[in-house]
Amino acid sequence: MIPSAFDYHAPGTLEEAVALLERLGDDAKVLSGGQSLLPLLKLRLGDAGHLVDIGRIPGLTDITEADGYLRIGGTAREADLERSDLIREKYPILLDTAAVIADPLVRNRATVGGNLAHGDPANDHPATMLALGAEVVARGPDGERTIPITGFFTGLFATALAPAEILTEIRIPVPPPRSGGAYVKLERKVGDFATAAAAAQVTLGEQGEIVRVGIGLTNAGPTPIKATAAERYLQRRQPDAEAVAAAAQLAADATSPSADRRGSVEYKRDMARVLTGRAITRAVQRAGGQ
Amino acid sequence: MATHDVRITVNGEPQAAAVESRLLLVHWLREVLRLTGTHIGCDTTHCGACTVLLDGEPVKSCTVLAVQADGREVTTVEGLEHDGTLHPLQEGFQQEHGLQCGFCTPGMLMTGRALLERNADPSEAEIRQAISGNLCRCTGYVNIVKSIEYAAAKLR
Repeated sequence: MIPSAFDYHAPGTLEEAVALLERLGDDAKVLSGGQSLLPLLKLRLGDAGHLVDIGRIPGLTDITEADGYLRIGGTAREADLERSDLIREKYPILLDTAAVIADPLVRNRATVGGNLAHGDPANDHPATMLALGAEVVARGPDGERTIPITGFFTGLFATALAPAEILTEIRIPVPPPRSGGAYVKLERKVGDFATAAAAAQVTLGEQGEIVRVGIGLTNAGPTPIKATAAERYLQRRQPDAEAVAAAAQLAADATSPSADRRGSVEYKRDMARVLTGRAITRAVQRAGGQ
Repeated sequence: MATHDVRITVNGEPQAAAVESRLLLVHWLREVLRLTGTHIGCDTTHCGACTVLLDGEPVKSCTVLAVQADGREVTTVEGLEHDGTLHPLQEGFQQEHGLQCGFCTPGMLMTGRALLERNADPSEAEIRQAISGNLCRCTGYVNIVKSIEYAAAKLR
């Protein structure tokens, strides 16, 4: 399949890229790893007169901890996350997530920033970033701004990014001691979108009670979902089986999945419940709790 | 139509070309360079028959623009044998019956090569994980795994 004709631009700096996007307007799309965008263009489900490739802009692929944040560069690839010692040692929730995105070949091209900026509720990083309380850094004609992840996903395939803004970095607050996280996904086969998936990030207090918790859900509605009722319920509670089950049910209640070949509404909602329970339990174990 | 002058090294040989923006890497390799060993299977980023190495890493060439490969090195299945001697992976697929129809084989070989560059002694689980983006619909994976194990042993 051949996409409709477009022109390709490869700016060497962020300033050039933003200026191009501003000049080209709505007819331009940002190309990062291209593993979502190029299939869309080939299937002609999407259309663009211009692609602005940010993949050749230097300095956007670092994965580092600095000033209290884990910083993931806007064009860092999923494969970079998987191979990062920092991620492997300190952020198993991100490793869980990267490892179930598409397949290893796609992950050699696909970027973490693109996974968020595409605005697809079936993508996996949104739930994880909601659980981690991430922020997205965007560069546009008016300079740089920071967008909390809770305000980033505005609709189906829609985000808070303005047309001439580029996602340049993802910032995740470095979790305090006794923290842990996990992402659990049910997929029919490698490369499939989630039937359901859940991310949980917890911090435990002196007595093993939950003092901080974030829960995100994948492919459970028109946007990625932050399960706030479940989070509130768990605050200051011991994460015993009963509390986890009650929180998992609250998370499932917050979903509005659509029926498709992956399952019925009832099935997907129940899988969201089961997977939320497993994600919380694994997160608590990784935080050093029971 | 906008075209771009690109320089891409393919199987060790520098190539210069003017490519249209929307030209996919797989189409350039097959239709312009006539390197038809790289197959087009699903054309939707699923099957991996079009896998080539881009700067040494396996990617699906149906989902990369030719212009994105500008300044980079591409290795296709034609780049595996040297002076008439098959690469140990190719020999492995022959010895261990790693193919029947052969359609997925170029992709399996390229993914296998990248795996063995990183990991000289992969476990069965690691091989299966590595080829999880390459679909075979006839041989089954047992002999493909054995073929890669054969090559790993021979290369060690």
